[in-house]
Amino acid sequence: MIVGEQKPIAEIMEIIEPYKKILILGCGTCVKTCFAGGEDEVAVLASTIRLVCKKDGKEIKKITEQTVERQCENEFIQEASQNISQNEAVLSLACGAGVQAIAKRFPKAPVLPGINTTFIGIQEKHGIFTEECQGCGDCKLGRFGAICPITRCSKKLLNGPCGGSQKGKCEVNANTDCAWQLIIDRLTDLGQLNNLIDYIPPKNWQSSISGGPRTLIREDHIV
Amino acid sequence: MTNISNLQKVLKEGKFAVTAECGPPRGANTAVVNKKAGLIKGFVDAVNVTDNQTAIVRMSSIAACSHLIQAGCEPIMQMVVRDRNRIALQSDILGAWSLGIKNILCLSGDHQTFGSQPDALNVFDIDSMHLIRTVKNMRDEGKDMSGFNLDEPPRMFIGAAANPFADPFEYRVIRLAKKIDAGADFIQTQCIYNMDRFKKWIRLADDEGLTDKVHILAGVTPLKSAGMAKYMKNKVAGMDVPDSVIKRMESVPKEKASEEGIKICLETIAELREIKGVHGIHLMAIEWEEKVAEIVKNAGLMPRS
Repeated sequence: MIVGEQKPIAEIMEIIEPYKKILILGCGTCVKTCFAGGEDEVAVLASTIRLVCKKDGKEIKKITEQTVERQCENEFIQEASQNISQNEAVLSLACGAGVQAIAKRFPKAPVLPGINTTFIGIQEKHGIFTEECQGCGDCKLGRFGAICPITRCSKKLLNGPCGGSQKGKCEVNANTDCAWQLIIDRLTDLGQLNNLIDYIPPKNWQSSISGGPRTLIREDHIV
Repeated sequence: MTNISNLQKVLKEGKFAVTAECGPPRGANTAVVNKKAGLIKGFVDAVNVTDNQTAIVRMSSIAACSHLIQAGCEPIMQMVVRDRNRIALQSDILGAWSLGIKNILCLSGDHQTFGSQPDALNVFDIDSMHLIRTVKNMRDEGKDMSGFNLDEPPRMFIGAAANPFADPFEYRVIRLAKKIDAGADFIQTQCIYNMDRFKKWIRLADDEGLTDKVHILAGVTPLKSAGMAKYMKNKVAGMDVPDSVIKRMESVPKEKASEEGIKICLETIAELREIKGVHGIHLMAIEWEEKVAEIVKNAGLMPRS
């Protein structure tokens, strides 16, 4: 899923400052799962904003709360059209794709991000999320025992661990597992360590962001 | 200009090689480089010039190498893949060769979070293994990574790093073999304080026939103080400083500590010279270049050619 976290309240207050009537628009899928932008977070954020206004002696903003299933899909975005037209701005609690999807569909509405989108990851444990994928567009997980060195090695190394890996931890952070230790351990367990003996050539980054913004076209689904 | 470097010649002749290290200044002052050159000239076969080591901005390795050549020293240009993509790396290799730089050490580089500008964007377009192969292909095939035929290939002597003290230990020899296959002519290791582990590593490399395929220069760094030993153990990535070494540094009065550090270094060199597969030492006297001559002389490694 796309993992994100809500922006600090001070930053949110600053970006909504010019508007008196705002719609806080939640997103009910990824960012809901990581406790950043579902119905509950929308409600809590609305109350917090009112409290901060009161505390600072400012005019209390008129806030409308709504959460759609997915802000990245037109079908769900349309549900918010009435609320969007009745407010001065949208404070979107979606990932960056959701914020931009709203902006694309509603050219006249100021859309503000309430979340910092962080990464594509998984919920490791309740409340702990880890980055697992950079969406590079050319998946080679089969070779690396389903552990991605592009994402999980701090140096994106393809031919084995750097000289800083010690006791299974990355040199960058003692709390981060060395991806190469994980890869080697797993391939050893699978009896596939041979995957790592051959030279692995440089990555072609054209399928990643280095190739410019990407578009996926599924001709078979275009109607 | 001859194509063969002095370091290459020394190793080819089967002599025990000595290399040192020179960190360029955090500024554009040529005098700093020249001063270091004056301290080591004649005492080493070649000198490594670091490439923004620990991710701190310094005078470029290429420029400092060029100054060293002017000062009569042979440089080994270190090059990390952290800061430049494959286009910039290849371009710099060609430029370096054009300036008379004949040795290169291909590295991944310390992560930028250790440096003075942790907010920098890193590159890591290719890895150190790819850089080794790229230089080899440029040299032996005369082609850049796109397959373009170069007008005058860079005929560099190619080095790579190995760290016998990093994990997973069992994979370290496989990785060394990969670096040799990719094109490494010589290897410089991380500083050795844990001799047992180093011996275990080189024995495994020797069992695989790797010490016949590549020249291994064993890394040594003289300790200045017990504090430095502790710092290296705890703060420097990939270092293995056993407690016995720290205790030994602590056992002497503070004013005698640097002397003891040099004593340990000399004992280490003597032991390394007896190990099959060790073809030289790489003396990393970090910002202590004035001690290089003394160490090389007292280790019985003079005269250099």
